[in-house]
Amino acid sequence: MSETKHPIYLDYAATTPVDPRVAEKMMACLTMEGNFGNPASRSHSFGWNAEAAVEEARRQVAGLVNADPREIIWTSGATESDNLALKGVAHFYRKKGRHIVTSRTEHKAVLDSCRQLEREGYEVTYLTPEENGLLDLDKLKSALRDDTILVSIMHVNNEIGVVQDIAAIGEITRERGILFHSDAAQSAGKVPIDLAEMKVDLMSFSAHKIYGPKGVGALYVRRKPRVRLEAQMHGGGHERGMRSGTLPTHQIVGMGEAFRIAREEMAEENARLLKLRNRLLNGLKDIEEVYINGDLENRIPGNLNVSFNFVEGESLIMALKDMAVSSGSACTSASLEPSYVLRALGREDELAHSSIRFTLGRFTTAEDVDFVVETVRRKVDKLRELSPLWEMYQEGIDLSKVEWAAH
Amino acid sequence: MAYSAKVLDHYENPRNVGSFDKDDRSVGTGMVGAPSCGDVMKLQIKVNEEGVIEDAKFKTYGCGSAIASSSLLTEWVKGKTLEEATRIKNSDIAEELALPPVKIHCSVLAEDAIKAAIADYQKKAGA
Repeated sequence: MSETKHPIYLDYAATTPVDPRVAEKMMACLTMEGNFGNPASRSHSFGWNAEAAVEEARRQVAGLVNADPREIIWTSGATESDNLALKGVAHFYRKKGRHIVTSRTEHKAVLDSCRQLEREGYEVTYLTPEENGLLDLDKLKSALRDDTILVSIMHVNNEIGVVQDIAAIGEITRERGILFHSDAAQSAGKVPIDLAEMKVDLMSFSAHKIYGPKGVGALYVRRKPRVRLEAQMHGGGHERGMRSGTLPTHQIVGMGEAFRIAREEMAEENARLLKLRNRLLNGLKDIEEVYINGDLENRIPGNLNVSFNFVEGESLIMALKDMAVSSGSACTSASLEPSYVLRALGREDELAHSSIRFTLGRFTTAEDVDFVVETVRRKVDKLRELSPLWEMYQEGIDLSKVEWAAH
Repeated sequence: MAYSAKVLDHYENPRNVGSFDKDDRSVGTGMVGAPSCGDVMKLQIKVNEEGVIEDAKFKTYGCGSAIASSSLLTEWVKGKTLEEATRIKNSDIAEELALPPVKIHCSVLAEDAIKAAIADYQKKAGA
């Protein structure tokens, strides 16, 4: 019998613990006795051995997504990969055009890179997804222009877990001769990716979302047809000039091992997580006035994002102190800022305020889920007993027609 | 965010949760705030013939500090005359609960709620 530890970790979309098998490989690349050399050292075996480990990891990362290892560029994480893809492509192809298409629900690493490019004189179109979080590809098509050089659409959304049809988007962009970048930080190891088939030109990866270490990631840069980038980090000309900086062997080896494990265990793990996610969903969905955010079909197995109407998010997080979850309303000041992703889906402020993201992972158990269901039901009940809005709703009062004393 | 022990106590064990019949002539109801702002407070007082608050109840939609502010307020107003209750200041609530600056508005809302409840009672009594 395993004893459930508290607080229960249900924030796997934020980060994951390193798999013990990964940690072991990493530890072998640090000390004097280990593989500590600089992979760029050409004059001795320390360098050669480190280089061999880095290249093995490159094959492992490429292996998960069916790419050529030469198409994998090491970076410090998905944020850097997104920056390099967007700015690198925009700068290299500036003479070809200055228009970029993305969506309002992208990660901040993409959105803020786009803002920076706008300041540099580029034009960006931000697509609004449908209510279920998915893009209408006809709308994407009609946003493309003759001067569009790049489309950047994430594979899986970090908040609501919905999976965009990047294979279909790739067909559209390739036909128009436009480059296509996809942030796959939340999808690698969770959704099958075949870059020999999919017409994706650039793809961002992170290690720490799939049981690898923080501080390392990769950018896939297609060779055929060739994609060019202007480097954002200058120095020793590492990674074929696209990203300078001494390669951190232990981080890279950790990422490689994490991707190797993901390739081997993904199918089994997805089946297990889907069962757990459905156990959680079934435990919560019959509560009155509960809303699931984002499409349930086109969604990774480990994500559930739920709004509990008439319960305020911060007080619910406070009540759920025995579990690590995240809320769509990040209370940074006196006023709550509802999630920009849920807002882009057209969710009203009240529902966005009351959303909770549960993300399950490799070490989540059925006991964890049962505890969460029981606790959430009890706490939502308790907070609704306290809620004047719940009382009014039960009396049949339409809250949207009440004249509130604004403050 | 770190909450004071008193906020946690009122949040975990809120006092005087509930509702009175708002049409009862001895009951005054104050409802302040708005759902889109993230907090709504409903405070009700039951006043006897001597003008003393015999009982008080609340319901609050909002963060832990908003719940604690209204819970504390119901404890404080019981046994007070209407005149005494109007003298409760938001700063007293904020001090008692050790609210951080970003949560002062919760105590302001509580002060607004008792004032609104008294006004409602007096309007009904005068009618």
